[in-house]
Amino acid sequence: MEQSDAELIAAVLQGDTASFEPLVARYSPRVFATARRYARRESEVEDIVQEVWSKAYHKLPSFRSEAPFEHWLMKVAVRTCYDFLRDHQRNRESNFTDLTEPENDWLDSFVRAPESANDEADAARLLVGRLLGMLSPPARMIITLLELEDRSVKEISELTGWSVPLVKVRAFRARSEMRKCLQRIAKKKYL
Amino acid sequence: MNLSELQQHLLAAARRNPPGDQVPYAFEKRVMARITANPPAPAAYGVWLAWSRSLWVGAAACTAIALITCLSVPARADDPGSGSSFSEGVEQDIMAFTDDFDNAW
Repeated sequence: MEQSDAELIAAVLQGDTASFEPLVARYSPRVFATARRYARRESEVEDIVQEVWSKAYHKLPSFRSEAPFEHWLMKVAVRTCYDFLRDHQRNRESNFTDLTEPENDWLDSFVRAPESANDEADAARLLVGRLLGMLSPPARMIITLLELEDRSVKEISELTGWSVPLVKVRAFRARSEMRKCLQRIAKKKYL
Repeated sequence: MNLSELQQHLLAAARRNPPGDQVPYAFEKRVMARITANPPAPAAYGVWLAWSRSLWVGAAACTAIALITCLSVPARADDPGSGSSFSEGVEQDIMAFTDDFDNAW
């Protein structure tokens, strides 16, 4: 019979390290999905997820069973992803000069007829990835959690450890930053 | 180009295409290999955690004792026969200090 999270955690804290493996197997899909929002290369995604699990293991004594383990793990994951963004912010994309042909075509079709632009096209998805890659770490984190994962300000505050007012200020700045990045696209492409 | 509309379309595209949750084969084995190769074990961490917790408990206990001690010290009762109240006594103490201060200069 499958052991519950509480049973596995209790076993790990009593010294049975092997009991951590079922937790890794159980929640890795969720952690991978989170990490893939912040890193492009699969090697970086794996590094992030390994780091998340390493931190989760070493911080396990601080886990309070009042909240589900998954919530606690997501906090560790989000904060690890944020650390990754900060460590790699020098590699942020700075311009849109190397758009692929499908991406250029998608932008052209959007300009001609915005209502008929295909949001499910791969080109749109790639453009979003580039746009997010241009944002600063706090802006990217906020846009991802607020706009893409549709989380509330309170949830973001709990996940990131930022205060609610700070989340609101960063959300405002993130949207402004995103608009400026889009303005640069428009100027470069169409002027 | 309407940038707000473009932003909304791009965000909608991202929401419709969430990243996959596939896990590489035997990934958990690699995680466990890293963990077992790199202690400390949770118990060691727990010693430090217990130590810091006991410090907080000690600080809370000391604060409580200090408060109880302050509240239990009886205030100087007014003595009707002396002709002076507690507040007058404090005023006299302060004035005595300032008199000494003036004399020093």
